[in-house]
Formats: sequence, C-alpha cells, structure tokens
Amino acid sequence: MSTPSTAVARSAAARTRRAGLLRGAWGFGRTKLGVVLTGLVVLVAVAGPFVAPYTPTEFVAKPFETGVDGTVFGGDNRGRDVLTRFLWGGWTLLLLAGSAAGIGVVAGAVVGVVAGYQRGWLDDVVMRANDVLLAFPQLIAALLVMSVLGPKVWLIVAVIAVSHMPRVARVVREATRKVIEQDYVKAAEAIGLPRWRIMAVEILPNVTSPLLVELGLRLTYSIGVVAVLGFLGMGLQPPTADWGLMINENRQGMAVQPWAVALPVSAIAVLTIGVNLITDGLSRAAIGIDRGVGK
Amino acid sequence: MTRLIVVRLLFGALTLWAVSLVVFAATQALPGDAAQMILGRDATPQRVEALRDQLNLHEPVAVQYLQWLQGILQGDLGTSYSNRMPVDEVLASPVGSSLALMGLAALVATPVALAVGAFSALRRDRAFDHASSLGTLVVASIPEFVVGILLILLLGPGGFDLLPSVYSRVGGPDQWVLPVLTLAFAVAPPIVRMMRATMIEVLESEYVQQARLKGLDERTVLWRHAAPNAIGPVAQVVALQLAWLAGGVVAVEFLFNFPGVGKILMDAIENRDVPLIQAVVLLIAGVYILVNLLADVIGLAANPKVRVANR
Repeated sequence: MSTPSTAVARSAAARTRRAGLLRGAWGFGRTKLGVVLTGLVVLVAVAGPFVAPYTPTEFVAKPFETGVDGTVFGGDNRGRDVLTRFLWGGWTLLLLAGSAAGIGVVAGAVVGVVAGYQRGWLDDVVMRANDVLLAFPQLIAALLVMSVLGPKVWLIVAVIAVSHMPRVARVVREATRKVIEQDYVKAAEAIGLPRWRIMAVEILPNVTSPLLVELGLRLTYSIGVVAVLGFLGMGLQPPTADWGLMINENRQGMAVQPWAVALPVSAIAVLTIGVNLITDGLSRAAIGIDRGVGK
Repeated sequence: MTRLIVVRLLFGALTLWAVSLVVFAATQALPGDAAQMILGRDATPQRVEALRDQLNLHEPVAVQYLQWLQGILQGDLGTSYSNRMPVDEVLASPVGSSLALMGLAALVATPVALAVGAFSALRRDRAFDHASSLGTLVVASIPEFVVGILLILLLGPGGFDLLPSVYSRVGGPDQWVLPVLTLAFAVAPPIVRMMRATMIEVLESEYVQQARLKGLDERTVLWRHAAPNAIGPVAQVVALQLAWLAGGVVAVEFLFNFPGVGKILMDAIENRDVPLIQAVVLLIAGVYILVNLLADVIGLAANPKVRVANR
C-alpha cells in the first residue's frame, strides 16, 4: 500500500516546485508588467459587454462619422458604435485563442510524453508525422482549411490546436527523454508500476516547467493567428463583433476614422505583449536563460 | 556529413510529397464541379461534359492525383478558373514581387539585427542590453499585421502622412517602405536574440580569453577569433526567419494591397480558384521546406563535431 502515499507525496512535491516556478517568475519586474497588461485587456474583454452603451449591431451614426453626440469614438464602416463593438469584440478572441492553445498544448504534451517514453517505432512514426505537420506554415495551413471547409468557429480552434501540437510535442519529448534517465523513473519501473502510471505520475509532473512556457508561447501565437484570420476575413464572420474582423472592416476608413482600427489593434498588441512578458518571466525562472528563438 | 545531408534532402522530398497529398486532398473536398467552375454558369451541358472528359474528372481520385502530380513535375500547374490563364503565367509576376519584398526585408533586417545583437553582447547587462532585450521581446510578441497597422497609423495618411499605406501601380518606390519595414520588424527580433546569446557564449570561451591573454587587440579578438565561431547558429536562425517570411508575407501583402503571392492566394480563396490555391500553397510550403532544409545543412556544416566525423 505504499504506492498511493508516495504518489501523494510526489504530487505535493510537484506542487511546491510549481509554486516555486511561479514565485520565481513573479520575481522579475517584466512578469508583473505582463500580468498587469494582460489583466487590463482581459478585463476589457470580459466586462466590456456589460458596460457597452449600445448593442453591437445598433446603428448610431453615419459610416466612419466621428464626433457624434452620445458616442465616444464615433461610428464604424456601417455606422455602428465603435466603442460598443470594441467592448464586445474581445471575449471571442480570448476564448478561441485560449481554447486553441489549451487543446494544442494538452495534445502535444500527451504525444510528446508517450513518444519520448515508449521510443521505438511509435516514436519514429509520431516524430516523422510531426515533421510533415511542421512543413506547413501555421497561417497557410489555417487558410487552406478555412478556404476548403468554410470559416467555422470550431474549425478555427481545431486548425490552430493541430498546428500547435507538433511544436509542443517536440519540446515535451526532449524534456521527457531527460527525465526518463533519472533514478526515480528507473525505480518506478523496477517496482513494476504500469507504464501509463509512470507517464502520468512520474514524468508529467517533471516536465511542467517547459510545458508552462510552451503554454504561454502557444497562447501568444494563437492570439496572433486568430486575429490575423479575422483580419483576412477568414475567421469569425460578420456581423460578429470581433477585434480581428473589426480591423478588416474599418481599415479602408483608417485615415478619417482611426479609432475603429486603433482600438482593436492596440488591444491585440497589449495582450500579446503582456502574455509574452509573462512567458519570458516563466522561462527565465524555469531555465535561468533567455528562451529559444524562432516563430 | 555528405551522408547526413543526402538523408535530409531525401526527407525534404518526402515531406514535399506528403504536403502535395494534403493539398490535393483538401482541394478535392471543395464543393462544386471543376468543369462547371471553368465554363461558368451559362455553359451548355454538352460543353461541360466534354471538358470533364478533357480534365479526366471521370477517372478515380487516385488517378486524378497522379496525373496532377505528373503535371506539376513537368511544370504544368493547370489553368486558373477565374481568368482562364495558365497558373504559371498568373504567378510569374507576383512571385517576383514577393521575392523582391522578402529579399529587401531580409537585407534591411539582417545587418541591423546582427549589429544590435553583437552590441548587446558587448554591453551585457548595461542599459543598451536591457533596452534591446525588452524591445525585441515586445516587437516579437506583436502579430506582423498589427505592426503594419501601427506603422500606417503612425506614418501613413492618418498620422504624419510621410508614406503611402496602399500599393498602387502608379506609385513611386516609397510605397515599398512600409511593407518592407513591417516584415523587417517581424523577422529581426529572433536574430538579435540569437546573435546576443551566441556572442556572449563565444566571448566567454577559453579560446577568446586565450587570445586576449596573448595581448591581441580587441578588434582582432572580435573579428578573427569570436565572430567566425558565432556565425553558424546565427546563420541558421537567419535561414529559419527567411522560411517564416514565406508564410508571413500573406497578411502583410493583404494589408498593403501589395501584388504578390499572398494577395493572389487571398483572391484565389475568394474566387474558389482551386488550381491557383493549390499552386500557391505548394509554392509557399516548398519554399518553407527548402529554406528549413538549408538551415539544417548550415547547422550541420557549422558544427565542427559533425563536420569532422564520418568525413
């Protein structure tokens, strides 16, 4: 009956290490700045719909008209209130990007741990399949699928999650291969624990640091891809209020009505900067050096 | 090392083949009949039927794929649905424009990024280093089209009105400035970071210390002993960034209405022009794979362990 208690002890140890990582990351000034920036945008996106003065499809002005009574930033390309659409347009981006990053990281973690631990032909097959997936630039893959199957919400999430998976899997596999050389994994094997338990209880808690860093990175890219799909008109469709789509709709009138573009653009910029600052803090705390390069 | 490179090349070809399979399968799933799409809505059934025969649309999908692949290998990319011209003619001028845009961006970004990275390494943990570290982090996080819009808002007609924000046939060379600048901002940060990290590693190495202890002047130490050893990993990152440009160019061309492959792709998607979509996606994926391969080979060639082993 020693197994459950060791498992409990170990998960407790993992918890303190994770707390240590978060505390270590918090020690950097840029992490705090990142949390503030991210929190600000999340607050706008979540509380926005409740404080918006109009409904997102209500006409309050002439197209691209500014300085209208009762509006702060004027009207957009159809004459709808810019402030209202800005306040409504954030939560879709957060939800889509968050779920795409979450699903992609979970799937990548499972694939990476299994491939790294089982090795042999399974590892080879998974990693070769990964290389093929990696051969597509993320945005091109998303555009191809969207153009074929049509822009649907679940499809946006699925395509981005699938394109994240091989990238996460590669990192987690590397981390796993370092962990399985450790004595405690060999000890667990010697006791005869089933392989899935070793993967779930011994290996997974010990690759959480790179996993958290990956989550941050993937979140930054998810926000970028969701926003750029909306901007290209291949993401959420009108009349949804969405920051990416808002930029697409209003870019023709940028010279006369800059607010309709400037607001969503600044929000996306601040959000990605904030998330990336947090990620940078996490990775510094995890490995003590600058994180890797590449898009 | 030759063997390793040959293996990579074979694997690159295999990946490209897999990509072609994916692209063909994806476009097969598109609704609508190719013959009908080419002839338009008011074509007679007889003409549609005749064209179906000509395009081998009665054959099984596998046969169609092989014929399509054979055509591509012979340089025949098919006929565009929307303007009924051969795809390679449609693509000729946009490919040139896109390559020029990407080349200019790389030419602007690389030297500046290398200089900033090297200078940060020399000024490690001082004000310049901190500023460039935070700066690259911020620029690297923002999606490239957002960088482009911020540049337009700042320098375009709505801001200081220094540069045109939309490409047009009659415009002068100044309309290239904002697209090139946007792409340069997108590719530079990783190069800066890699250059800094590598230079720091090299400057702390024993052979550089040895060179300094010999009493060589700092300039010789930097250019003769440090820089050559930093080139390998940095060249690899530069190549990877060039590969990223192949895909990243789409949104930037769309934003500036720049007549390159990215804009062609967006138009083709709009018109459901299947042969054109296939060709552009294959082209971009091909460039991406090729440049990634190049990065691999550079990485191998720059690694002395690999270079010397199994020669």
